[in-house]
Amino acid sequence: MTKHVVAPVAAIPPGGRHVAELGGKRIVVFNLDGEFFALADRCPHQGGPLSKGPVMGLVESACPGEYRYDRRGEIIRCPWHAWEFDIRTGRSRFDPRRTKVRAFPASVACGADLQAETFPVSVEDSYVVVEA
Amino acid sequence: MTELPAGAVDVDLHPMVPGLSALAPFLPAFWRDQIAMRGLEGFDSASFPPKAPKTVRPDWRPAATFDDLRDQALDRWRVARGIVTPLYGVQLIFNEDMAAAFTAALNDWTRVEFLDRDPRLAASIVLPMFNTEHALAEIARLAPDRRFVQAMVLAQGEVPLGRRHNWPVFAELERLGLPLAIHAGSAWRNPATSLGWASWHFEDHAAHQQAFQSTLASLITEGVFRKFPKLKVVLLESGVTWLPAFLWRLTKTWKGVRFEIPWVDRPPAEIVRDNIRLSCQPFDAPDDAETVLRVMDHLGSDALLMWASDWPHWQFDGDPRLLAGIGPDLARKIARDNALATYTRLDAEVPA
Repeated sequence: MTKHVVAPVAAIPPGGRHVAELGGKRIVVFNLDGEFFALADRCPHQGGPLSKGPVMGLVESACPGEYRYDRRGEIIRCPWHAWEFDIRTGRSRFDPRRTKVRAFPASVACGADLQAETFPVSVEDSYVVVEA
Repeated sequence: MTELPAGAVDVDLHPMVPGLSALAPFLPAFWRDQIAMRGLEGFDSASFPPKAPKTVRPDWRPAATFDDLRDQALDRWRVARGIVTPLYGVQLIFNEDMAAAFTAALNDWTRVEFLDRDPRLAASIVLPMFNTEHALAEIARLAPDRRFVQAMVLAQGEVPLGRRHNWPVFAELERLGLPLAIHAGSAWRNPATSLGWASWHFEDHAAHQQAFQSTLASLITEGVFRKFPKLKVVLLESGVTWLPAFLWRLTKTWKGVRFEIPWVDRPPAEIVRDNIRLSCQPFDAPDDAETVLRVMDHLGSDALLMWASDWPHWQFDGDPRLLAGIGPDLARKIARDNALATYTRLDAEVPA
């Protein structure tokens, strides 16, 4: 996999998302409270663009009538058929083992370490890097 | 068609209550006298009008006595065990006290007129479901008699069956290991179709399938099987072939909106395989092996179906046969093993 510099960190604020074309693949990068995660921007169901879906928290229940709701903003729902995916892993909620969207490693690097890249970076800034 | 093996379990037998006077001996004195005082004529269900041709096959009329049941069904078809499921409408009476009294009388009529006459027979505790305390009291009264192997309600009640006010009943049935049978039929609190009142009895009859679909959706989405995972529900006279298509739709939609019902944490089709059983009279498919086997494949389990004759409803002429194209293993499961696994109180051998 190749490392791609996607955007300056400041361009994807917490809760924000950013779509990039990397090595022929459309990828959406999410900022969850300063941590970055990258998913294929293509729902495994019928190819809907996840980047255009709403986010919500994770709702689970131990018993009818009880709602445990946390991890707000960490579940993306496909805009086409509302399937839920965990932004951190790409796994679907209804069948996490078998139905998942491809996740790519994302990280933050400082511009000084990225000088060899063709992407124009400045040494003062940090950048989101995705391996795809 | 496949021959029905000897020693089958018939899970849906409907002796017709010959009239209100038949229940009189089983009523408390006050209610017995009310039959004359109020000029009560009877509580036949409009879902199964006794004189309608479909309700009782002509060569079986009146199908009201134990002798009829024995001669026409048990002996003739060499049935090992039969479960009585009466469809008289007493549990549907609006007056809750009257419903409780007459439903108890119906259950006692079943006990004396059928269970006491033949050890092959088992029965259903018909529940006066519009009053939860009355339903629980009837379970408490009859469950000690182990010949009552399940409780029974109709598919079209007052509100969707899975609603939480019914949960004390489900809790008690689960605790006792008694399946809840849901039989086709309406309490007439609502039109038989979701669109309003239909013009023909035939239309009401076809609408039973809608009622089963909505009842099943209610039980699953309300989380009844999450709360009561050991509760078995038996759909009687529901038809079968609608189920795979309905489950496809229910499961497909659940994938998108499961967050509304987060307690449903696995596909509805899986829940059905674990908790739901169906009688296969009617099956609702042509007598064609390939079609039947395709439906079995879509159902995804050979443990779901249980044979029933549906005596004396006019579902077939001559003697009953099993579904076309099924091999001897599946025939044995449908005719016998699946029922014995579902009804833990029912033994294959007649109790000594």
